[in-house]
Order: sequence, then C-alpha cells, then structure tokens
Amino acid sequence: MKKKLLASIAILALGTMVFTGCGSKKVEEASTATAETNQPISAQETKKEGVKISIVGSTTVAEPMEKLVAKYKEMGNTDNLEVQGNGSSAGIKAAMEGTADIGMSSRELKEEEKASGIEETVIAYDGIAVVVHPSNGVEDLTKAQIKDIFEGKITNWSEVGGIDKDIVVVTREAGSGTRGAFEEILKLLDENKASTITEVALVAEGTGTVMKTVATKEASIGFVSEGFLDDTVKALKVDGTPCTVENVKGGTYAISRPLILVNKSDVKPEAKAVIDFILGKEGQSIMAEKYIPVKND
Amino acid sequence: MKKVFWLCAAIMIIVIGFMGAYIVIGGLPFFSHTSLIDFLLGKKWNPSGNLYGVFPMLVASLYGTIGATLIGVVVGVSTAIVLVEVLPRKIAKVFSAAIDLLAGIPSVIYGFWGLVVIVPLIDKFWGGRGAGSSLLAVIIILSIMILPTIIRMTEVSLRAVPHEYKEGALGLGASKYQYIFRVQLGAAKSGILAGIVLGIGRALGETMAVILVAGNAPIIPTTLVDPVRTLTANIAIEMSYAAGTHQQALFATGMILFLLIMFINFALTQFVKKGGRRSRNESKA
Repeated sequence: MKKKLLASIAILALGTMVFTGCGSKKVEEASTATAETNQPISAQETKKEGVKISIVGSTTVAEPMEKLVAKYKEMGNTDNLEVQGNGSSAGIKAAMEGTADIGMSSRELKEEEKASGIEETVIAYDGIAVVVHPSNGVEDLTKAQIKDIFEGKITNWSEVGGIDKDIVVVTREAGSGTRGAFEEILKLLDENKASTITEVALVAEGTGTVMKTVATKEASIGFVSEGFLDDTVKALKVDGTPCTVENVKGGTYAISRPLILVNKSDVKPEAKAVIDFILGKEGQSIMAEKYIPVKND
Repeated sequence: MKKVFWLCAAIMIIVIGFMGAYIVIGGLPFFSHTSLIDFLLGKKWNPSGNLYGVFPMLVASLYGTIGATLIGVVVGVSTAIVLVEVLPRKIAKVFSAAIDLLAGIPSVIYGFWGLVVIVPLIDKFWGGRGAGSSLLAVIIILSIMILPTIIRMTEVSLRAVPHEYKEGALGLGASKYQYIFRVQLGAAKSGILAGIVLGIGRALGETMAVILVAGNAPIIPTTLVDPVRTLTANIAIEMSYAAGTHQQALFATGMILFLLIMFINFALTQFVKKGGRRSRNESKA
C-alpha cells in the first residue's frame, strides 16, 4: 500500500513537471511575440534579437541547406534559421499556407502548386543515380531498360546482361520528391499520372534506407540522389554516361532535376535575404559541392 | 487527493476522446472521394493515381498478427509452464529476468536485428520476391516481441492457481503433466487469455520493427516470403510526405486500424469474460 502511494505521488509529480514545463515555454513564446509586435524596435535591435525563419521541405535540399545556414551564421547573421526536412510536398504546402517561410522542393512544382501564385527560385540541379549492389556485373543500362525494370517488365538480371537472378526493385514511398522526379523523368506514369512502378517493389522510407536496402540485397536496384552516393552501392551508367557531378552539370546525364526554394510573395525580407545569399557566390559554391549550381561565376 | 486522482482519470479519457475525434475528423472527408467499400476491398494502393485500396494492408496486418499470435502463444505458454512447474525456482528467476529484459528492448532494435539477421537468413534459404523482406520476417519479429507479455501473464496466472488444486490432483493419482494440462491451465485460462489479448494488440499496432523487415510493398501476399505492407506501416511510411486526399486516406487507414483494434479487444475481452466465468463455475462444481 505504501509503495503504491509512493508510486502514484511520483507519477503525479512527473505529470505536474511536464505540464508546468509546457506552460512556461508558452508564456516565454508569448512574451517574445508581444515584444516583436508591440514595440517599435530599431534595426540594430532586430539584428540582435534575430528573426525566426523556418525552412521546411525536401530532405535532399535540407542536407546542403544545413551547410548554407551554418555559413550564413558564420558570416555574422544572427537570424534564427530552422531547417527541417520532411519532403517536397510538405515543404511546398507549408510555404503556401505560411506555416514555413521558405519551402524546399526537389521536384518541379505541380500545376496546382504553381496556380497558388507562389514564387519559386531554382538554386541548383541534381542528378538521380540508379544504384545496384556492388557485386552486380551489370554496368550500363538504357533509360528504356531502367523504365522496364521499374515497371516490372524486365524481371531477371539475365535479360540485361547480368546473372540469372530475379531483380528486386527498391523504390521510395509515395510523395517523395526523389521518386516524383524519377517517375517524371523516366515517364513512369500512366495517363492518369498514376505511378507505374511495379507493386512488388520494396518501399524504403528515405534515401538512407534505399542505400542500406540496395547494399544488403544482391539482386536489388534502386535510385538515390547523386549527392548521397558512396562505396556501399554501385551507380550504373545511364545510356552510357556515368552519374558524375561533371556529367550532371554538363547536362549529358539523363536523369536530373532542379532543386527549388518556394516562398509567398509577401514573405519576410529576412527570408528573401537568405535566398539571395544562396544565389550569391558563397551559397552557390556550397551547392556546387554536390549539385550543379545555377550560376557559374 | 481524491479530486486529483479524478482529474488524472478524466484527462486520460479526454485525451483518448480527442485522439479518436482527430482521426475521425481527418479521415471522414476521404469517404467522399472513395467509398468505404472501395477503400476496404480495393486491391490497389497508388496515391499518385488516386487509387486508395487498403485490402492488401488489411490482409497483411491480419496474417502477420495471426501468425505471430500462434507462434507466440505456443512458445509463450510452454515457456511459462517450464518457468513455473519444471525449473527450480532459482534458475527460473534468471530466465524471468531475461524475459523482462526482452520486454524492455525498444521496437526499433527488434526491427534492426530483424533487418540484419532474419531478413538475410530468409533470403538465403527461401529467397522470395522481396529478397528476405517478407511476411515471414514480420511474423518472426512480432512473435518474439509479444512473447514477454504472454509469458509474464501466463506465469502470473499459473502461479495464482491455489496449491490445493495441485495437491488434490496429484493425490488422486494424476501425473505432473496431467495436472498441468488438465487442471492448472484450465484454472489459469482467463489470465492467459488476457495476456494473449495484450499480445495481439501489440502485434497489430507494432510499426517501426515491421517497417524495417516487411519490404512494404502494397500487395496481397500469396506466399510467406512475399513482401507485405501492414496498416501501421502504410501510415508511418507515407505520412511525412502526404498532402490533400492522400493525407486523408492515411487518416482513414488510421480509422480502420482504430476500429479493428477496438473490435478485437472487445471481442476477446467478451471471450475472456465468458471463459473466466465458465472456469469459475467449473471449479465451483
């Protein structure tokens, strides 16, 4: 009985702590909000306080974005930039709804997204590599062969010059920007814009999981952003062209896509400044580490 | 003090109410797009083509849960019998500690272990369309995950059987195993069933471990080594990228899961209640 009582008191105490914890945080937020809106503060002070800018969307863009933000802060900007990778569709939606200041997308905007009047800025281009297990003897596939493999029309590696083993197709989840771009470029869509990637394909959540799945399954084939390639998988040549930064930059590699930032036209000037920075020399040199920069000077 | 406890209980109910309402509000508009029948019996899940059929996931969830429960009950109840009646008390304590440890392992660790150990093994021996990522892998992982619950509940209820039963049975000339199977298990039935209900709930609701080993292809499995996608995995995998109708479809998936778990819980609790009453009557007689 005594033990029970002690336990319930402990639980109660814990509960109160959680509640007060949340409560005080809210109060804090509220007070900063009133400080921002009510008091006319000088530009100097704004700089010191730092404006909160949320950048949300494609996990592919989020990766260089972290570096861009670090560089931006290094250069003396004190704005509070928050980067969150949760997918292109979510990022564009957040920017349209205004829950994020800047949305990140690793695919072209859809018609209905463009129709909302949102502003888009291309910050770089990316290549999508087709990857297989390092032990796979196949080196080169045509775009048509890749399409047939992902649609389940070619089911054995021997049909494309490999060993006699059933192909295990690995794809990303529906809604992923990389998958969207891959489907669009290879025309893996039917007349209703429905994905024609084979239903039997394994679905891996996130680029890392695709890499791990392909690295552990000998007969598998998947696709990842060029920037994520490493030794655990082998990137195939597409139409005879290897997926390298040079070939993506030069436009000779067939499977590539734009990286885009989107924002409402009436977005905070501080957010605009971030986009300008990314399009500037420093920003573009960071993008150039893994992607094709839009400005070559 | 009484009021504080009341408040805690009320908060609990309110939270459950809000969650249920949130899922229903999020999912209900979806049925103006796809009818409930098409949703439940549709065999194609292709969000970019606006095709939302959860039948393959429903089947996968049920197969996975049934398979895991069958293995879990056979192995779990046997283990509990060994712990209570066969092993000396001291050794049984060591086993019990290990089982408690098993219960405390986070599901993602089970999943990861399944991914690096179970999946390659299945691939090596049976292959299959998912190269090891399969319904079989799901069943194996889930049965291991629900074992601690079933073992613990069975153990406790077996120990709770009055000692007089054993003395009586043995005194009448029953062997040890006749006592265990004819007397003890019957008397402990309601507790064991309660353990199984908890196990089923966990198996049906498990997400993280399943995603890692299932392969997540939305197809109706025709063999044990086909890749599958469960209802929970469907929500977890696609939620972060979903928008519009797609998001509503995922909420609707959640609704189905919610109802399924409520139904199974209700049905089994009724079953347990009846079973318990009967065994009590039997013992009275």
